[in-house]
Amino acid sequence: MTNITTRQYSLERKKQRYAYTFLIIPMLFYIGIRFYPTFYAFYLSFTDWNIVSKNMHFIGLENYRRLISDEVFWQTLKNTFTYVIWGLPISLLLGFTLAYHIDRVKVGESIYKAMYFVPYITSMVAVAWVWRWLYQPVPIGVFNNLLTAMGLPTQPFLMSKTQALPSILATTIWADLGFQMIIFLAGIKAISPTLFEAARIDGANERQVLFSITLPLLKPTMIFLLITGTIRYLRIFTQVMNMTFQGEGGPLNSTKPLVLYIYTSAFKSFKMGYASAMTVVLFVIILIITLIQMVVTRDEN
Amino acid sequence: MKKSIALVLVALVLLTSLSAAGQADKAAKSEVTEIVYWQYYYETKKNLVDDLIKIFEERNPDIKVIHQTFPYENYNTKVASSVPSGQGPNVINLFYGWLPLYIDSGYLQPLPQDTFPNDRIEDEFFGLVDAAKFDGKYYALPTAVRSLALFWNKDLFKEAGLDPDTPPKTVDEMVEFAKKIAKLDRGGNYLQAGMTLELRGQMHQYLREVLIRQFGGSPYNEDTTKVTYNSKAGYDALQWLTDLERVQKVGIPQYMTDDVTAFSAGKMGITIDGSFRLGTFNALSDLNYGVAELPEMNGVKSNFASFWANGITSTTTGKKLEASVKFLEFLTSDEVMAMWLPAIGELPAKKALALQEEFKNHPMYGPFIRGLDYAHATKFIDEDAQRIVWINAYDEVVLNGKSVKAAVDEAAAIEQKVLDEYYSKR
Repeated sequence: MTNITTRQYSLERKKQRYAYTFLIIPMLFYIGIRFYPTFYAFYLSFTDWNIVSKNMHFIGLENYRRLISDEVFWQTLKNTFTYVIWGLPISLLLGFTLAYHIDRVKVGESIYKAMYFVPYITSMVAVAWVWRWLYQPVPIGVFNNLLTAMGLPTQPFLMSKTQALPSILATTIWADLGFQMIIFLAGIKAISPTLFEAARIDGANERQVLFSITLPLLKPTMIFLLITGTIRYLRIFTQVMNMTFQGEGGPLNSTKPLVLYIYTSAFKSFKMGYASAMTVVLFVIILIITLIQMVVTRDEN
Repeated sequence: MKKSIALVLVALVLLTSLSAAGQADKAAKSEVTEIVYWQYYYETKKNLVDDLIKIFEERNPDIKVIHQTFPYENYNTKVASSVPSGQGPNVINLFYGWLPLYIDSGYLQPLPQDTFPNDRIEDEFFGLVDAAKFDGKYYALPTAVRSLALFWNKDLFKEAGLDPDTPPKTVDEMVEFAKKIAKLDRGGNYLQAGMTLELRGQMHQYLREVLIRQFGGSPYNEDTTKVTYNSKAGYDALQWLTDLERVQKVGIPQYMTDDVTAFSAGKMGITIDGSFRLGTFNALSDLNYGVAELPEMNGVKSNFASFWANGITSTTTGKKLEASVKFLEFLTSDEVMAMWLPAIGELPAKKALALQEEFKNHPMYGPFIRGLDYAHATKFIDEDAQRIVWINAYDEVVLNGKSVKAAVDEAAAIEQKVLDEYYSKR
């Protein structure tokens, strides 16, 4: 009897041993590629390292002190939140509206789905460059040529301090829409059809079905989209990098998000320490937002 | 568990010893000294250097040069990030504006005085190589240099009733011609631009080194530690430039995305660009253009020059250093410079060679070469940051309605901070 249990036990252990052996590789990878650099960035943020120098001086909180008085930093932080606060609700609302209506389409549902999803799987760099050309002034910009044809005044779009950020945001939402739509659609399809049938038999109208059944049951979907979306919009980069001249985030820093400022500080000005300090700030912001969202979801469940 | 850890360890030991053996093998075989040369990828440059290396290796059979190129867009990042990893070239091609960073970090070593004595460099090369001299020592030397010139579209000149073979001689003439060429629709949109306003391209260099000097000022003090354009000359220069868009209406920045595109498409009458652009424009068969020296103002001529220079990394010692010095000597020889001009379109860095009648009066290269005589190479610390201050100053005036004086003063304050941060550490 004892013999059998030990053998079972050792077989179990053997299996585990293999599992761990195989898991070592991704573990090493993650420690080397993700965790170590992340923690190293915390350390770098207290130094004045410039990437090529062999000397790395510990300067304490100097980088953080400079951040507080850096107008560009505050401007980019404000821009980042503008992207999130406007971009996320609009893309969620549009995504849901699309999903809601596509769900009811009888013919050609997959064509509509594909049409709205294609921008999401298109390379953001390509999307950004096409839109950059669309926004150009006359004679090459399509939007401005249309405005002129209709006898309306042309708009500066990317060259204006006030219009540049909304212009880039519009492109982002357009590209992002497909993802929100497809997840919402999956959520709607997952709701048991018997619920809708029962509601209709009870005489509920469209609005009642929407607000009492569809939306409440989509809550987990919405929370998922909210969390992933917030992180995605907080890390906005590619669009601005490609839609403004050589990624300057202009005019006058009006479109520059924090991530782009981090990138230029680190890899153009080579201020690694300073860039790391900004990364730490962004890390803390994302952490706080995620924690808040996690607490909120726990209550909901 | 223990057994599997042991297995992993054995595998690791085996792997490392194998690769070590491989390296030892390689070292034993090579009696020739191998050196590595890095530059950014530009097709004609890569091909020419490949050919040059063949010539060099034939003459020096004991040296082998390994030529590696990287995309231009992230070349600087690539070089910088190779430093902490301890891997990299022996001889490297760097933009002169990046030199302060690399020299201060101890990445480059001073050129040996016996092969490259200071007085000979100063005697033979154009004065602008001074930008590669730090604490009395030269750290890098160029094969070729670049300067600015005025490009004009002959067809658009003719169309506007101007003589297609007479480029503007003075700045006032340039504006007058540009006004004739610019075409606007009723809504105020440009159907055709008179001239470039591309601060994001070469115009920030033009503003800094040409306009400010022509208005009687100077962008920096003698040793470039202090910004000095927050003066009447600086205000006048930015006023003149912003007036081109607001008063003279000869064009807008980023017209058709940038001035190179607009001029290539035949939608811009006059542009100011570097000698490296000749290749781009020459490839367009329906672009009928000419090149002239930059126009003068108040009798002052000025130009901006820049260069890519070759230096030797400080980790290079012994035989590799000897080989690297030889290779650098070859790259900066008259022979190579003469081959460089027709193949790349960059100008010889040595005066005697460049100022030969044949080059000086060349219809395409001539204006650039004559411009070298009175050109200045800005001693950049952080080119990106120093460029953006002028772009922002312009936008502050045009988009934000700030006064020219306030915009220039702000630019000066920001740039001064960049300079202070660098020079205070030296």
